[in-house]
Amino acid sequence: MRTFGSPEFFFIFYALRWTLTLTAIAFVGGGLVGIALAVMRISSSKALRVATSAYMQFVQGLPLLILMFICYYAPSLFGFEVSAIAAAAVALTINSSAFLGAIWESALRAIPKAQWESADALALHPFKVLRFVIAPQAIRLAMPSTVGFLVQIIKQTSIASIIGFVEITRAGQLVSNATFDPLKSFLAVAAFYFAVCFPLTQLSLWLESRAAKRGAHA
Amino acid sequence: MLLPSHFHREVNMSVVVANDIRKSFGPLEVLKGVSLNVEAGEVIALIGRSGSGKSTFLRCLNGLETVDSGLIQIAGHAMSRKPAALRELRRDVGIVFQSYNLFPHLTAGENIMLAPVQVKGETKVAARDEAQRCLSMVGLGDRFDAYPDMLSGGQQQRVAIARSLAMRPKVLLFDEVTSALDPELTGEVLAVIEDLARQGMTMLLVTHEMGFARRVADRTIFMKDGIIHEGGPSAEFFTNPRTPELQAFLRSEIG
Ligand SMILES: Nc1ncnc2c1ncn2[C@@H]1O[C@H](COP(=O)(O)OP(=O)(O)OP(=O)(O)O)[C@@H](O)[C@H]1O
Ligand SMILES: [Mg+2]
Repeated sequence: MRTFGSPEFFFIFYALRWTLTLTAIAFVGGGLVGIALAVMRISSSKALRVATSAYMQFVQGLPLLILMFICYYAPSLFGFEVSAIAAAAVALTINSSAFLGAIWESALRAIPKAQWESADALALHPFKVLRFVIAPQAIRLAMPSTVGFLVQIIKQTSIASIIGFVEITRAGQLVSNATFDPLKSFLAVAAFYFAVCFPLTQLSLWLESRAAKRGAHA
Repeated sequence: MLLPSHFHREVNMSVVVANDIRKSFGPLEVLKGVSLNVEAGEVIALIGRSGSGKSTFLRCLNGLETVDSGLIQIAGHAMSRKPAALRELRRDVGIVFQSYNLFPHLTAGENIMLAPVQVKGETKVAARDEAQRCLSMVGLGDRFDAYPDMLSGGQQQRVAIARSLAMRPKVLLFDEVTSALDPELTGEVLAVIEDLARQGMTMLLVTHEMGFARRVADRTIFMKDGIIHEGGPSAEFFTNPRTPELQAFLRSEIG
């Protein structure tokens, strides 16, 4: 039997890059889809608004674990084998897109109608209104909750352990099984999550207090 | 579209032609056939009680509201619902709002440069010079880098006017631009408008400042219940109001 030592610690540490990789994919992928969703949610086309709303409601109502199972097992119905990382990345991206879309939609809606109107009155094209007038203000508004959701994504990547993907939670399980020392193993895992998440939650708090203190141009 | 020939002549002479404008919000008919011609260089004041349709009429003139029927020609453009045509029209028709509506994340100078750069394709350098010139015109030449929340209401409103001026509009619309200001700040904004009037800018202004309308506007128009109830050259309009409704309104406004 092995005891929990530095090789075990580094095994978990190396798995951290997979946690971070999954996080990055989910945040960037979910962010891109989320931007599209948020913009479609405020578009003038009712069909687009309804379709995006349905997608967002559906995904938000689905446990991430189930979404991950679906992404992992459903392709095999059609004769495709997907890797655990691909399934996890897709599931996390879908999940993040719905939540980030909702965060950004409400930020866009929070910008007063008068801002749209005066930009329209200056003859700006609607895309430029969004790009130069609305989005910069909405981004500042949404920054704290976006960073807050990034922390959620980091923790949600642990669910990928269920389909066998070796990120740090799965690495902790493996070490625990090998050492019969679950406490040390999972404390190590917890320390890594904390080390990554704590600065981000602090950042989120700081962004929030700054937004509250300073004006819109802060 | 073919227009009767007499109408064509009018279009060519006037900067603004509004003909029988009707507009309802749901069951509420707000404009019940408003017609108005404005010649180049004219300053028109629109007065009337709250809810009489002044803002709605003004907003119809640059397409912020769509009309139900009637004809609008402004600055050489026919009113259109097509977005591209509407943008062409708005390049030549500026509007200033009661609540300034500056973009809070941009400095005064950046607020002014945005449309010239993004709409007209001016270079940043040219737009910066132009913005500086417009700021100087409204007496804020030294506040180029100030953010809106660092400026007083009167200063913000003057930046908003400068932002409209930077597009070199053929017509400027003002909707109660001093109503949100403390009394001691209205003067500086009115002075800017008066200055523009002297330079020959064509303007329509909704206002509660009767003294200002009388002094600066060539004509004053009294709106009541969605129609132009009475209107004429300002001097005559204020000295000899003809209808009892206008007489009552002026009494209530001037006190
Ligand atoms: N978007 C809208 N939807 C529904 N009703 C509206 C809308 N805009 C204006 N109205 C109504 O139309 C009427 C005329 O409004 P408008 O703003 O043109 O009046 P006004 O003469 O500018 O008044 P005020 O002096 O208060 O600004 C009012 O009864 C108002 O409530
Ligand atoms: Mg009004």
